[in-house]
Amino acid sequence: MSIEVLLVEDSPGDVRLTTEAFRDANKIIHLHVASDGIEAMAFLRNEGVYVDAPRPHFILLDLNLPKMDGREVLAQIKNDGNLKTIPTIILTTSTAQEDIVQSYQLQANCYLSKPVQLDEFEAVVKSINDFWLTRAKLPQPR
Amino acid sequence: MSIEVLLVEDSPGDVRLTREAFREANSRVRLHVAYDGFEAMAFLRHEGVHVDAPRPDFILLDLNLPKMDGREVLAHIKKDESLKTIPTIILSISQSEKDIVKSYQAHANCYLSKPVQLDEFESVVRSINDFWLTKAKLTQRRLDG
Repeated sequence: MSIEVLLVEDSPGDVRLTTEAFRDANKIIHLHVASDGIEAMAFLRNEGVYVDAPRPHFILLDLNLPKMDGREVLAQIKNDGNLKTIPTIILTTSTAQEDIVQSYQLQANCYLSKPVQLDEFEAVVKSINDFWLTRAKLPQPR
Repeated sequence: MSIEVLLVEDSPGDVRLTREAFREANSRVRLHVAYDGFEAMAFLRHEGVHVDAPRPDFILLDLNLPKMDGREVLAHIKKDESLKTIPTIILSISQSEKDIVKSYQAHANCYLSKPVQLDEFESVVRSINDFWLTKAKLTQRRLDG
């Protein structure tokens, strides 16, 4: 069985790093990428080209996105009766306490700061995999 | 700086295991224990004997508790503007899909199944420490709070 992960991230470099780090950490992950907030919501609502998109087990969400930013994506996910049970982790460069607090207020499951160094980035992805995709109990996608 | 953790757990054996496992994993953790749902809420609201209780950085919550069960404690926490930003992790023997889904619906930050074996129990506490208390960003306690 595969684990479907939606990565919402506009930086192609970070997308590549994350893809490779997950590939090293866990072979059964299917990583889907949305490059902006509007695309993320279309994926999650199975709209347009995403009509057959799988429901993710897990969402990794950057805050700073074009078109619709991550804070609004988070709010929409956590206010949606159907989507809110999907664990949604903020993975962003900001370490501002204001962003951390606001994310938890909007019911983000967790907040992680995105490292700049490659080896630390890989370590963070590995720790996400080890904790969330191996230990934690996730709701089964219907 | 210390990390204040509230453990809401009615089994003294599990409390002891958790305390020892955290002691080994992270010397900065100060573990506070509430043995039922009422005590947990009194701690969080600084009521009665808990008037000077610190605000926890993190809550570990069993579902099956006397007096007020963990599901109700979770609902109170996540509906309270002041308390809802405290990451609250369910640590329960139940692996039922219904309990898992309902916990996430009530905005539990995470759900973990409580192992029976000692070494696995220690390993789960270590992984909670490694991820949540070391890597994840938690909201800072206000110095006046």
